[in-house]
Amino acid sequence: MKSHLKVAARTASASPERSKGNQDNVTQLKSNDSKARISPEVLTRIHDVMVKSRVLEERLIKMYKQSDGYFWIGGPGEEAFNVPLGLQVKKGEGKDYDYLHLHYRSSAIVLAMGAEPIGSIRQMKNVATDPYSGGRNFSNHYSIRKWNIVPISSTIETQYASAIGTAIAQKRHGGTGITIVNGGDAGTAEGEFASCLIWASRPINPLPILIIVTNNSYGISTPSEGQHGEKQISDRARAFGIESRTINGNDVEESYQAIQEAMDYIRKERKPFFIEARVSRLYGHSSASGANFVGGEADPLVLFEKKLEESKVMTRKQMDELRDRYTQEFLDMAKQVKQEPMPDASTIYDYVYFGQRGKGW
Amino acid sequence: MLRRFTTTSILAREEKVGKMATIAQAIRMALHVGETKLGVTDIFGEDVGPPLGGVFTATQGLTKTWNSPLDERGIIGAAMGIALAGDRCVAEIQFCDYIYNTIDLLKLAGNACWASNGDWNLPMTVMTPVGSGIRGAIYHSHSFDATATHIPGWKIVMPSNALDAYGLLIACMKDPNPTMYLKPKALLRVKGEDLIPGEPENEKELRDRIDAPLGDRTQWKPKWPEGLTDFTIELGKGKIVKPGKQVTVVSYGRTLPIAKQVAQELEAQEGISAEVIDLRTLWPYDWAMISESIKKTRRAVFINEDTEVSNFGEHLLRRAVEEHFYDLVARPRLLAGAFLPGVGLADPLEAASVPQADSIRDLIREVAKEAA
Repeated sequence: MKSHLKVAARTASASPERSKGNQDNVTQLKSNDSKARISPEVLTRIHDVMVKSRVLEERLIKMYKQSDGYFWIGGPGEEAFNVPLGLQVKKGEGKDYDYLHLHYRSSAIVLAMGAEPIGSIRQMKNVATDPYSGGRNFSNHYSIRKWNIVPISSTIETQYASAIGTAIAQKRHGGTGITIVNGGDAGTAEGEFASCLIWASRPINPLPILIIVTNNSYGISTPSEGQHGEKQISDRARAFGIESRTINGNDVEESYQAIQEAMDYIRKERKPFFIEARVSRLYGHSSASGANFVGGEADPLVLFEKKLEESKVMTRKQMDELRDRYTQEFLDMAKQVKQEPMPDASTIYDYVYFGQRGKGW
Repeated sequence: MLRRFTTTSILAREEKVGKMATIAQAIRMALHVGETKLGVTDIFGEDVGPPLGGVFTATQGLTKTWNSPLDERGIIGAAMGIALAGDRCVAEIQFCDYIYNTIDLLKLAGNACWASNGDWNLPMTVMTPVGSGIRGAIYHSHSFDATATHIPGWKIVMPSNALDAYGLLIACMKDPNPTMYLKPKALLRVKGEDLIPGEPENEKELRDRIDAPLGDRTQWKPKWPEGLTDFTIELGKGKIVKPGKQVTVVSYGRTLPIAKQVAQELEAQEGISAEVIDLRTLWPYDWAMISESIKKTRRAVFINEDTEVSNFGEHLLRRAVEEHFYDLVARPRLLAGAFLPGVGLADPLEAASVPQADSIRDLIREVAKEAA
């Protein structure tokens, strides 16, 4: 799918249904037949986080290649979907807020929610100050309890099983908090994906889950076209009566609107919604496949910047300066983190059990 | 897959152990306390809710029970999510034979706290019937203690009597960590010797109060004993069920009452004084109790019915050797299930697959009498 951004910036006539505030300062984004409108402030914000996320991932890759980390895996190529998602999360701790069961390509979501980039750099370097695992886990394996981001695991698709449970608790609790789960297309072959569809759509208790698959068409090195007979992954959700759609996840406004509509539906109806977002994978699966830029895939950041430039929301110079600024900031952070201490070996038994310090047996 | 099973074939000898509540009734009463006093929000699994109330009747009459799809990964995943959301659940895998496709999730539940450097904890309990003794053939007789004890981050218990079944389950439901409650299915209908606090002294009265009637149960409601408490058996604490001087016997679950009875017979008939420890909690386990006993008896036997290779008893035996090599005067032994793909159905096959009274008696006698 292709989307076209048309801008009626700074024109009152472009006043949209969803826009608030100064109608003279509204940008209209037209995605297919959608009437989504996103203000220039939000567009600029989305762009900022997209650049931040891309530059951060590129810094993490550089760290890996400079032996400042053992393994890289991340999400460059998914920013156009993930940033709009992160910006629309109802962020907080507990059942009144959204729970996120994410996979390891979710840096843009977490940054959009407000995470500090240095945390990712610390986890990449596996220093003691790593806020997500204390040096115990790979890059982009977040865990932020104060924002309901449950620990990300390298296991594929298991997050679709645990998502069932937070949604059960939220359904019982009431309110507007929902559960969000994401993962890749290859993982949908795992049993937990089917479990999620089944449990989310039980007639006796449908669940408030936003089920997301970011489809980059590969499982490590294996093209999906040879492994999956379904035309669209969203068709599988449809079989369970789950509202579903497949969208162009490389298109910011299409993603933003689809996520917004899905969230509105789930928060109100307390039923599941499924989004399959077609995205790119710009640096391969992980450092195991070299983590080099892959040609031939659509770059959502390039596409978005082209639109922003054409619509005069931002200039090329502004965008270049932004990228340069983040590049320098993250380089400085990486230098700082290199000076930070490794975890003390004596802490290895800490937290086998909750609150436990030391071996204990 | 065959899932439903009757429990009428339990060893008659075991049914006569006591006159109090059975383990199944004890579990039911503990869950009642859990859902009314300990904040348990969900008790669920296949056939856990009405009308059946569990294939072993352990969840009859409760208010927080519900039936799940036939999906073990979904059950464990749901339990994890409920725990992540701060609610408290007891999830059941109908037979441990079917828990193996959830290993990924069990590992995740066990490592969430450690992997997040203490950020998250999962207060959840998984209970599942284990072991032989009901003529369950290949896929209703598995043990799970050897596998479960290989998954760090869980606390694992396995009661051998009704009072412990009650107190350990209460402890599990209070714990902030994932807890695994292994139910020795051969003992589930064995009556206890000790009264659970609040339990009616008249066993028939208890049955009338909390056992669902056969047939239509739609109008039935249990009359829970009013005096039930949160009586708790601390996790990690074993119990010496028979004091002795000559040999330490460490067991749990189905083999424990057999070992105790055999030890009593050996003492009465042959003057062999065995000290029998009911480990009760497999992780974390009461090494202090085992260690003190070995220092006293200087001989040790470890008994359980899971397969003998990479068996939890092997770990205990290894530690006994490493820490008490110079205390021991005889080779310590492990008696466990044969390393077989399953437990055979025919009586001679099942008996040959897992420890029985005769093999337990022979080994205790052998170790006790081995020349120093």
